[in-house]
Amino acid sequence: MPTSEPIVEVRDVVRCFGQVRALDGVSLAFEPGIIYGLLGPNGAGKTTLIRVLATLLRPDRGTVRVAGVDVVADPTGARARIGLAGQFAAVDEFLTGRENVEMVGRLYGLSAAETRRRSDEVLARIGLTHAAGRQVGTYSGGMRRRLDLAASLVGRPQVMFLDEPTTGIDPRNRMELWELIEDLVRSGTTVLLTTQYLDEADRLAHRIGVIDRGTIVSEGTADELKDAVGGAVLQLRVADDRREEAVAILRRVSGEEATYLPRERHVRIPARHGSRTLLEAVRALDAVGIEPDDLALHKPSLDDVFLALTGEAATHALTEQEPQEP
Amino acid sequence: MSAATAPLSEGSTHEPDRARITVASAVSDTLVIARRNLLRNVRLPQLLLFATVQPIMFLLLFNFVFGGAIEGVLPPAAGGNYINWLVPGLIIQISTFGAGQTAIGLADDLDRGVIDRFRSLPMARSAVLTGRTFADLARNAAVVSLMMVVGFGIGFRYQTSFLGFLAGLLLGLLFSYALSWMMATIGLYVKTPEAVQSAVFLPVFPLVFASSVFLPTATMPSWLQAFADNQPITVITNALRGLMLGPGALPPGTSVSGAILTSLAWIAGITLVFSYLAVRAYRRAVD
Repeated sequence: MPTSEPIVEVRDVVRCFGQVRALDGVSLAFEPGIIYGLLGPNGAGKTTLIRVLATLLRPDRGTVRVAGVDVVADPTGARARIGLAGQFAAVDEFLTGRENVEMVGRLYGLSAAETRRRSDEVLARIGLTHAAGRQVGTYSGGMRRRLDLAASLVGRPQVMFLDEPTTGIDPRNRMELWELIEDLVRSGTTVLLTTQYLDEADRLAHRIGVIDRGTIVSEGTADELKDAVGGAVLQLRVADDRREEAVAILRRVSGEEATYLPRERHVRIPARHGSRTLLEAVRALDAVGIEPDDLALHKPSLDDVFLALTGEAATHALTEQEPQEP
Repeated sequence: MSAATAPLSEGSTHEPDRARITVASAVSDTLVIARRNLLRNVRLPQLLLFATVQPIMFLLLFNFVFGGAIEGVLPPAAGGNYINWLVPGLIIQISTFGAGQTAIGLADDLDRGVIDRFRSLPMARSAVLTGRTFADLARNAAVVSLMMVVGFGIGFRYQTSFLGFLAGLLLGLLFSYALSWMMATIGLYVKTPEAVQSAVFLPVFPLVFASSVFLPTATMPSWLQAFADNQPITVITNALRGLMLGPGALPPGTSVSGAILTSLAWIAGITLVFSYLAVRAYRRAVD
């Protein structure tokens, strides 16, 4: 693990709205220079946490430090070091792209000359130089989103908070935004983004915190989270009269206990060594003349992780499949 | 988008450009926000159209439809022309309706997440409200000026002095600024832009019509007259008429200076109470 100070540090944060505990003791910390993905279903507390981090909401309890600044004690100091892009493109349609960026620059406290210089940089970077003089009302949805996401870059924030940056965006624009976010991090900005899309977290986030009902229920890299749910699983179907024989062979090959799913008539067994286990299993079955049907090697997806951690129905499904230690 | 080498990278150690709010930065922020809000008025054609056509329509309709029937009941200070009586009243009516834009604009910004963006920036909190009210004051000044051009065109003549006329305009604008704070409070409490539209006109219509804006209050039933004579819109309208038409335009028993003083008291009171309430509503609305 890196030795640098955490750039975002959230400790035991509680925030209630009336009777609802939107944040119920959230703690997380991460180092600068990464994309931290906050993954959770609707209503899990993602937006509330972003709002607390971005000084829009005060926590009822707990401490929040961003770039070394306590956001409750020194909100202005924190604001000077962060950038926020919310769920809706909060750009002004009646202003040009350039005017939008320049306004944000002036509100970061930049001089007029510095604002102009940095606005040029920002607009070039998000590929909107050609459209900078046009009113945002004429922009496509993707252009607006890019402008919204990047407007705060004019203030050179150390941390960017992005609340569901690609929600409601078509696939092509989504790729562009992903590239923009990766580009940001390459140039030294730290990013915390919320998402309910697993592929987005998988693709972008160096670290993922899974949030559900106001607490972080699991944290790690995408791979660590997948491992926690279980490694790869070999799944196949064989003729009923040879099933017991096949299960015995698979048990020998993988060294683990097999599970039978009667409804699908599938045999599942953990495949520690992935495709090597698959090959060995196929050879061993072939040697005794068993021809497997529907043969597949399943790597758990973040979907499995997500459902395992946040959904009750999914948890039941998984216990049935969970590898059992010998 | 492939500008990975763009010189925006600063690592994570640089000092921020602004770490605290000073008076100078609050003034600068107010101007930035005011400019933004004014551009909104200029750039959105439908806003511009409504803001300018509506007052002129009121002026023409009231003057030519009601004028002939009303002239007989006007005090002689009106010079026998309804337009002279009408213009000071319409300045107040336009200012009152115009202040409603403060509520609608704020609710719109809240709704679209613009206020969230502002609040996440190291800017003066107060600038969101002061920038808004100043912009609306400037817009209102422009609308009233335009209405005056048409008013002069169709026969309005002040009966006192140019200075008196200007003082009346100034008083009207001050009143519109005070009302902007009241409207800001409404906008921040109601929040939903569609609902704000109706919420704004709920208090505005009875206040404007049960007043001396269009007609002398003398013919109203006594219970209504008691209300009409003492509510701020009548008081301010009377002060404007005193300044533009002379003391003869005021109801018996009132003086120009008295009306001006009472007006200033109302303006100060409304501004104080509602700027406090608006700031409170702003905090509530966003937390």
